[in-house]
Amino acid sequence: MKAFARLFAAIDSTTRTNEKVDAVARYLSAASAEDAAWAVYFLSGGRPRRLVPVRRLASWAMDASGIPDWLFEESYHAVGDLAETIALLLPESTESSDAPFHFWVEKRLFALAGLDEEGQRRIALDAWRDLGGTERFVWNKLITGSFRVGVSQALLVRAVSRASGVPEATISHRLAGEWKPDADSYRRLVAEGSGQPDVSNPYPFFLGYPLEGELEDLGAVGDWQAEWKWDGIRAQLIRRRGSTYLWSRGNDLITERFPEVVAASEWLPEGTVIDGELLPWREGRPLPFAQLQRRIGRKNLSAKIRSEVPVVILAYDLLELDGVDVRERPLAWRRLRLSELIGSANAESRILVSPVVGAAVWEDVRAARERARAMGSEGLMLKRNDAAYGVGRRKGGWWKWKLEPWSVDAIMVYAQPGHGRRALLHTDYTFAVRDGDALVPFAKAYSGLTDAEIRELDTWIRRNTIEKFGPVRAVRPEQVFELGFEGIQASPRHKSGIAVRFPRILRWRKDKPVAEADTIQALRLLLEQTDS
Amino acid sequence: MSKIDLLRITDRGLYCDAGDFHIDPWLPVDRALITHAHGDHARWGSLRYAGARDGRHVLQTRLGESADIETFDYGEHLSMNGVSVSFHPAGHILGSAQIRVEHRGEVWVVSGDYKAEPDPTCQPFEPVSCHTFVTESTFGLPIYRWAPQSEAFADIAAWWRTNAEAGRASIIFAYALGKAQRVLAGLAHLGEASFYTHGAVERLNRDYRASGIDLPATTYVASVPRGHDWAGALVLAPPSASGSTWIRRFGAASTAFASGWMRVRGARRRRSVDRGFVVSDHVDWPALMSAIEATRAQRILVTHGYRDPVVRFLRERGLESDSLASRWEGEGDEDVMPRGEEISE
Repeated sequence: MKAFARLFAAIDSTTRTNEKVDAVARYLSAASAEDAAWAVYFLSGGRPRRLVPVRRLASWAMDASGIPDWLFEESYHAVGDLAETIALLLPESTESSDAPFHFWVEKRLFALAGLDEEGQRRIALDAWRDLGGTERFVWNKLITGSFRVGVSQALLVRAVSRASGVPEATISHRLAGEWKPDADSYRRLVAEGSGQPDVSNPYPFFLGYPLEGELEDLGAVGDWQAEWKWDGIRAQLIRRRGSTYLWSRGNDLITERFPEVVAASEWLPEGTVIDGELLPWREGRPLPFAQLQRRIGRKNLSAKIRSEVPVVILAYDLLELDGVDVRERPLAWRRLRLSELIGSANAESRILVSPVVGAAVWEDVRAARERARAMGSEGLMLKRNDAAYGVGRRKGGWWKWKLEPWSVDAIMVYAQPGHGRRALLHTDYTFAVRDGDALVPFAKAYSGLTDAEIRELDTWIRRNTIEKFGPVRAVRPEQVFELGFEGIQASPRHKSGIAVRFPRILRWRKDKPVAEADTIQALRLLLEQTDS
Repeated sequence: MSKIDLLRITDRGLYCDAGDFHIDPWLPVDRALITHAHGDHARWGSLRYAGARDGRHVLQTRLGESADIETFDYGEHLSMNGVSVSFHPAGHILGSAQIRVEHRGEVWVVSGDYKAEPDPTCQPFEPVSCHTFVTESTFGLPIYRWAPQSEAFADIAAWWRTNAEAGRASIIFAYALGKAQRVLAGLAHLGEASFYTHGAVERLNRDYRASGIDLPATTYVASVPRGHDWAGALVLAPPSASGSTWIRRFGAASTAFASGWMRVRGARRRRSVDRGFVVSDHVDWPALMSAIEATRAQRILVTHGYRDPVVRFLRERGLESDSLASRWEGEGDEDVMPRGEEISE
């Protein structure tokens, strides 16, 4: 635990990618395969389900630190993170443990699941006694299932590659899919050669960069393929050895969530991997993303929800054909094979080829982007016809060119402190639009201001609070902000009758008086425009 | 209960009717008694000021050359309309004082800002018995608990060494008045380090040295010629220098912030510094509680900071306690850069 906590502290105390790679590589080189396997698991975002109810954990911590529950609550509001609050409130540790990381994870952390409350309490208290400082914080993050650290998958791949001498591309491919955190898996990960361990393994996803500059800077329009960018779940559909696997970009295996897509895939030839987007789809166009969320949220996939929210996969690309990795082939070639393949196997129309936008001149591409909203798409992707299917987010071959967000001028009505990096400051805001003399809250936004603006606004909030409800402050409705959002739809669950997607602050409109902020009518108008 | 309090909050500050003076007023008044020279306590524009003698130079710098400031020794009694007033060490920064006010046998003490840890740049905090204690509560939550400061200074030294070995400068952001000098004094034993200062810090270093405080030798950054190799330098700068163009000259430096707020990870991350060192000029939770106990006061009025939790906690322990709404800010998590502190760069 000591070495892993040191690794966490090293990563946490720098923003320089190289230093992080160094720290991770150093840890992996020195660690046993058992420890390294768990480090890979946690650094790539692996999170065990919550093993102990947080209420319980909090109550043991209150007992151990001898403070009343209301003071614990106050402390939690100030810290914004339960694991850290507990680590800070507990008395200093009195012992120290040299047990390796995998011991703590396997024999302590995962042991919690099978124990009764008293057994769990004993493990927690012993851990708090044996672990101090950062070790205790990391342990609490693990036990609450909230361990996060500033390491991207690409960074982890580089570090494993540096520690093992195996090329990054090989590591990246071996790491895709589900990671089994044991010593054998780690040894296979860093083994020499190009062995591919698992039949279900997806390829790393290739991602586009936001377009910089003008379309014309990209060169001849004929060298590019423009296609719709859909707002669904990016996924890989894998058909190997008679089975189908569906992976999300977050490396979750989601095969069971989409039985209709799986059934349709049985027509695909052996050794096929498709990159595409899962979308709720009816009558040739996507349903709002919220419909898909509604379906994802269900524990049981009833016939009712399946008929209400039918799902298709729109295929963008072909990564494997007849069991052969074709990612290095040019896009134009892959696209042609994809059309041939799906054209012939598409019995139930659950697997579709995502359409390409025909364009003779760049102006056509611009015009298409204007139509994107009406198509239910969030913009365009521009892909070079000769580009290989790369790994991760790289500049050059693929660009995303999303729609400008919609915007309204709204009034801040509530504020509350943020979490983590933003604890202690009011950073979560609720915004309202005008409705006659009344104000109707309609959106919450957390991002879009600079750190300096956040501090300035925080001071204003503290001095202009009308009422406090726990951590939430009602403030004088005086500050106007331009809010951007990606989509809008009717929602009976919201007081305003409207739900917006991805709201964020575009600008603090200090120049705008409240009387000039937008009205609920303006929002309803936007809604009508989308529906038509 | 109808008795009028010896001190009460007015729209200008904490006021004593019997003595006709304000303590740390936020708007101009005729007679202002000042606990210490930080901007939220020592504000411009009052006719006459009084403070502790040790703070003479820093007060004059903060309030301007023309300000009328009278200073007194710690413990010396002065009479204001028959009200006896004296200044007592608060251990916060150079010249910081608790103000004791006595009238007809009733004693109030206003803490200003204070800490209980030893600090080579100022007189140590001294508990003063009173009936009513007006205390700050900047770090008035039990999550704020300082490790011995020798640990923090050892961490800073280790961090500086790592940077020096990597050929990098180390930049510590610390409040220009008080914290910066305390950090310098705490690192004085690092004989091999070269200390550099931002103008805001250097200006106050001058006042500290003029007041007889021993600080290690420092070089004013602006006096260093262009093209200087900053590898291994240890730079003290105010928080407002973070992210400014001033900082660019140091190249790929490592940055740190020295403050009690650094106890919480989110506060450090929001600052976007590499390291946070917990060095505070305020009491932590345990020291706050023992300081209150040491005054033997029956009534505790709590100002700037986590007022509500402290009041509730004290009440649950059977003390009479209320929250006192002031405009003092303590060690804000904000950049405190009052006018008069900057030296042009």
